[in-house]
Amino acid sequence: MTDLITPITMPKFGLAMTEGKIAGWNIPSGTHVDAGQEIADIETTKITNGYESPASGTLRRQIATEGETLPVGALLGVLAEPAVSDADIDAFIARFQADFSSGGAATTQTDQAEPTLVSLGELTLRVQDAGQGTGTPIVFIHGFGGDLSNWMLNQNTLSTGRRTVAFDLPGHGGSSKNVGDGKPATFAATAAALLDKLDISRAHVVAHSLGGAIALELAKTFPQKVASLSLIAPAGLGQGINMDFIEGFISADRRKTLEPVLDYLVHDKTLISRKMIEDIIRFKRLDGAVKGLQTIAQSCFPNGRQADDLRPVLASFAGPAQVIWGADDEILSPDDAKGLPETIKVLILPAAGHMPQLEKAADVNAALTKFID
Amino acid sequence: MSKKSFRQAINEALRQEMLRDPRVVLIGEDIAGGQGGTSGVVDAWGGVLGVTKGLYTEFGPDRVFDTPISEASYIGAAVGAAATGLRPVAELMFVDFVGCCLDQIMNQAAKFRYMFGGKARTPLVIRAMYGAGFNAAAQHSQALYPLFTHIPGLKVVIPSSPYEAKGLLIEAIRDDDPVIFLENKVMYDDEEEVPDEPYAIPFGEANLTREGDDVTIVAFGRMVNFANEAADRLEKDGISCTVVDPRTTSPLDSATILECVEDTGRLVIVDESSPRCNMATDVAALVAEDAFDALKAPIRRVGPPHTPVPFATVLEKLYLPDAARIESAVRSVMAYKKTKQEA
Repeated sequence: MTDLITPITMPKFGLAMTEGKIAGWNIPSGTHVDAGQEIADIETTKITNGYESPASGTLRRQIATEGETLPVGALLGVLAEPAVSDADIDAFIARFQADFSSGGAATTQTDQAEPTLVSLGELTLRVQDAGQGTGTPIVFIHGFGGDLSNWMLNQNTLSTGRRTVAFDLPGHGGSSKNVGDGKPATFAATAAALLDKLDISRAHVVAHSLGGAIALELAKTFPQKVASLSLIAPAGLGQGINMDFIEGFISADRRKTLEPVLDYLVHDKTLISRKMIEDIIRFKRLDGAVKGLQTIAQSCFPNGRQADDLRPVLASFAGPAQVIWGADDEILSPDDAKGLPETIKVLILPAAGHMPQLEKAADVNAALTKFID
Repeated sequence: MSKKSFRQAINEALRQEMLRDPRVVLIGEDIAGGQGGTSGVVDAWGGVLGVTKGLYTEFGPDRVFDTPISEASYIGAAVGAAATGLRPVAELMFVDFVGCCLDQIMNQAAKFRYMFGGKARTPLVIRAMYGAGFNAAAQHSQALYPLFTHIPGLKVVIPSSPYEAKGLLIEAIRDDDPVIFLENKVMYDDEEEVPDEPYAIPFGEANLTREGDDVTIVAFGRMVNFANEAADRLEKDGISCTVVDPRTTSPLDSATILECVEDTGRLVIVDESSPRCNMATDVAALVAEDAFDALKAPIRRVGPPHTPVPFATVLEKLYLPDAARIESAVRSVMAYKKTKQEA
């Protein structure tokens, strides 16, 4: 009967996650759930995220209690059809726990590869290369001040049957801090060179914020490389930009001053964790990081406005394109998605801020999967 | 980014600053080791606990000076070199040896900027090991940071982890004033994630390693780890603590300490230096003077007895503060509140 029993285990959201806390169960024991339904909230040091059921069935047991912290791969609960006996479920749990305590945790931690450093002329880029298969690859481009961990809740989900690549832009994360002139077109040339280096001739481009402007520059200059565009809260479609965020992000060097700046990023302010703030402070301490951000800000947002109007690029892009935006974005206005050609799909997500790929990961992943498949 | 030990983090900071700036030189006893002997090995020791290993081989005798056993002469030479344009990092080995060269530090390096009307700069770093718990006996185990903190004109840094050590040492080397950089010798094998790239952590900015509502624990150097351990245990019993790592005792981030005490109303200070006129008394005075109204309980200090550091292992263990003693101090200030309210 064990093939009718599905273990629900602690997921791994992103590379750094080793354990998570059950912030709350969304459904009581004994309830039927559908595959993909959010059954619990999992809190990590970085973010709290809904956990989608891996299968449909009846939630027969909640092993983990609310507030409990468990390692990645630990048993949280058990799904099975009502026909499965309690005795079988008990036996399954006992066997799982015995296997898990004898090293199961160690294996689940190594199933995601570490990011690697890729040399590109004078630049070194940190690259997270995942997935394999015959599907057209996906490349993820993050925004101003971000890094590849911005895709921690998306990349794995989208890596089924295809290769996916997330990377740190120059000046960000673990990549070289030399940003050149800091213009989107320059970053687009770097992204194109990275794709060449990785032997990817054509990719679906998923891009966020300033990364959206970079994706549009990529589509303009290297249209043959871009299979489709999925732009999440992209720059380049309007003039407005929250300069309190840009300037605050550059100048704040302490938790207390940075936290209110990061609050602009999300609808649910409790998502900004201590760890997220600390990671950004640590990034900004790296030699050259703040200077790089200043150069980018001066090039992309001179006089407090966006410098590049890339609407014509999007309008004339020959491939499929979609725009996803949080309705409560406080950094770039979702109004910028208005007036685009009808062929471009626009999805406005309620109760989401500037980072819907983290805040509404399930919705964004669903939109991306449907669009890219 | 990879896991690095406290020792590796310090070595990497020295190496990266030496690569960046040719004025950065190292000077000290045994920092290469083996020179002048017959073994032919020029970099045998790399410092008494191996911190500078490899740097002599990489940078050569023009950048790494292995000196005779005379603190007075090589610390004096480092002070002079700093005053005339180099950026020396001198290694005093055990901080307990400062008695042999205190004039060079206290009356020379610390006074130049002031006495030359702001025209002199002394970009000098003196690294030294401190702390008990290594079975090194009374002359090699002291935590003398209060001594340096007492002297205006010196900056005093006590890193609490490998990440902190690298960033604070880079800041120390780039600073234009004399900096005393104290490394707890028991921590050299502690490991954590440390960026490969150079980065600097500013002085005078405390780091909150835990944030809570009930008690503020201010701890220095290695004691920060014990304070974190105590805070995590107490959290399970519903007592939440803020742990403040001031990082530098001079300058001291008094604003952050006061803010934390205003928030929690209770203060425990953990300091492994001798208890009279140490950082615990200094922080207690600060809070008593400027945050008296916020206090819900008396300030508690956790520290060693006022004795030399004992050599015997059992006595040395008894001498040093640990997580259990911090935990019990926190419980006592929490209990104080209860009796007051019930009364």
